[in-house]
Amino acid sequence: MGSPRFWSWAALVAGVLYFFLPLAGMFEFSLRARRGEYSLQAYANVLGDPQFRDTFLYSVVAALFTIVLGVLIVAPTAFWVRLKLPRLRPVIEFITLLPLVIPPIVIVFGYIRLYNTSSWLPLTGTAAGTNLLLVFGYATLALPYMYRAVDTGLRSIDIATLTEAAQGMGAGWFTIITRLILPNILSSLLSGAFLTFAIVIGEYVFAALLNRPAFGPYMVWMGGNKAYEPAALAVIAFGITWVCMGVIQLAARLGRHNRVQR
Amino acid sequence: MTDATLAEPVAPAPVAPAPVAAESPAPRPRRTAALALKWLGVAPFMIFALLFLILPTIHIVLGAFQTPEGAFTLRNLAGLAVPQVVRPFMLSIRLSLLTAGLGCLIGLILAAAVTRGGLPGWIRDAMLTFSGVASNFAGVPLAFAFIATLGRLGLVTVVLKEVFGINLAATGFNLISFAGLTLTYLYFQIPLMILIITPALDGLKREWREAAEILGASGAQYWRMVALPVLWPSLLGTFALLFANSFGAVATAMALTGSSLSIVPIILFAQIRGDVLQDPHLGYAIAFGMIVITGIANLVYIVLRSRAEKWVR
Repeated sequence: MGSPRFWSWAALVAGVLYFFLPLAGMFEFSLRARRGEYSLQAYANVLGDPQFRDTFLYSVVAALFTIVLGVLIVAPTAFWVRLKLPRLRPVIEFITLLPLVIPPIVIVFGYIRLYNTSSWLPLTGTAAGTNLLLVFGYATLALPYMYRAVDTGLRSIDIATLTEAAQGMGAGWFTIITRLILPNILSSLLSGAFLTFAIVIGEYVFAALLNRPAFGPYMVWMGGNKAYEPAALAVIAFGITWVCMGVIQLAARLGRHNRVQR
Repeated sequence: MTDATLAEPVAPAPVAPAPVAAESPAPRPRRTAALALKWLGVAPFMIFALLFLILPTIHIVLGAFQTPEGAFTLRNLAGLAVPQVVRPFMLSIRLSLLTAGLGCLIGLILAAAVTRGGLPGWIRDAMLTFSGVASNFAGVPLAFAFIATLGRLGLVTVVLKEVFGINLAATGFNLISFAGLTLTYLYFQIPLMILIITPALDGLKREWREAAEILGASGAQYWRMVALPVLWPSLLGTFALLFANSFGAVATAMALTGSSLSIVPIILFAQIRGDVLQDPHLGYAIAFGMIVITGIANLVYIVLRSRAEKWVR
């Protein structure tokens, strides 16, 4: 038994080295902005840059709109299909997986050609229209993750019985969805929401090709023009990803906790 | 993705009895109205998917078979057979095969080490949590992290030079190259493999190992003759998924290499921005080619996934 365990440790050490070094490198690099000493200068430069604040805020707002849109589209559909149209489920599932099959760059290419100024729905003609298109695009990218999260949440509760009980007490569909289903799948919704946030905040291709002032294109611009600030941005982005994933785990744990009590 | 095949036969069971009992006394005209209402419930989703997922894709696919005037043609696809398009496709396919292959192999080794290698349990949890983060830490920031580590002034480059006296550039290594891109892509490929393959490894039953040992098999024999054949569909399926994952990635390569390494998504990006190939419809054909390749990879994944679930429950 001794030798397999040795190889396990060896593999683990190599893995930790590979995954840890780039993180250490990016952190160390981000501290080098002042010659001869470690400082937080690069972070100060980044945080003090109005462009950073504008693009970051833009992406945060885009992410929030995407989450709201995603929940509005996915949650009622997943609920309805489970309750009334179970035969349609494979079709819906297939559609939600398509954004993993079709490369994002192809989807946005389609947007640009389909919704240009000379088309029937000239979304790219105005800034507001393009913003809207970007949010719809992000909701499409997030579709697989959002749908799977919500569907997993729905699986763990008995929707048919709950719905019938609510109807028996005179609740309408709006009440059923907002006061019965949504609170019950809250932890799943949260994990879908934070995954969406993590995806949207650093997204590059959609924002760049639709010409929107988002955080992703700003980071690329920084990469081409500054030395140490990109590393600081990478540390910030890594922190955001880490927080999002942490919240998801927390939400999952809370969800499990609720279920045990029930 | 797991539920696509798993949950379908399970779903009707809890749902079916209740509505039947509730609705059967209702008069007939009401039933058709109820049916229409049923379909109305999925209308918002369907319209959304149609407008922002399906129609844009169909538009690209049709465009690949059309002349600028709108007539049917195969000229665009034939136009793909020029070196400036074929070379990027070959490069992308090589990159995706290599990162998927290495990602699968290294991910499997790491996952096997933490699930079966007798390591403390907390390491397994830590590795899964970290994998969740790392598989989502792709794109622009990942490229910056590698530049800060292995770039000209990166941490590892500097330490190797000043402490060990090794000049990384002189050994022929360059981050802005095929090898550098491969090394960077593995940072999200390996964790994705770990996340997918760990449940499959957990599904290997203890009895199988015990049975193999009782029959006199060595550890290597158990892996070669029992575990790997059972895992094979999962491994191949995940390989296909990783392949598609890296084939469609743009941002990482773009931030790492600028546009000096011509992989397909970068060519398409440049084509959409500024028609660098000087033939708008060639862009459609390239996009169509990408859909075909990632489509095949995902089809392989879905088929093998359902086969893998037979064993791993």
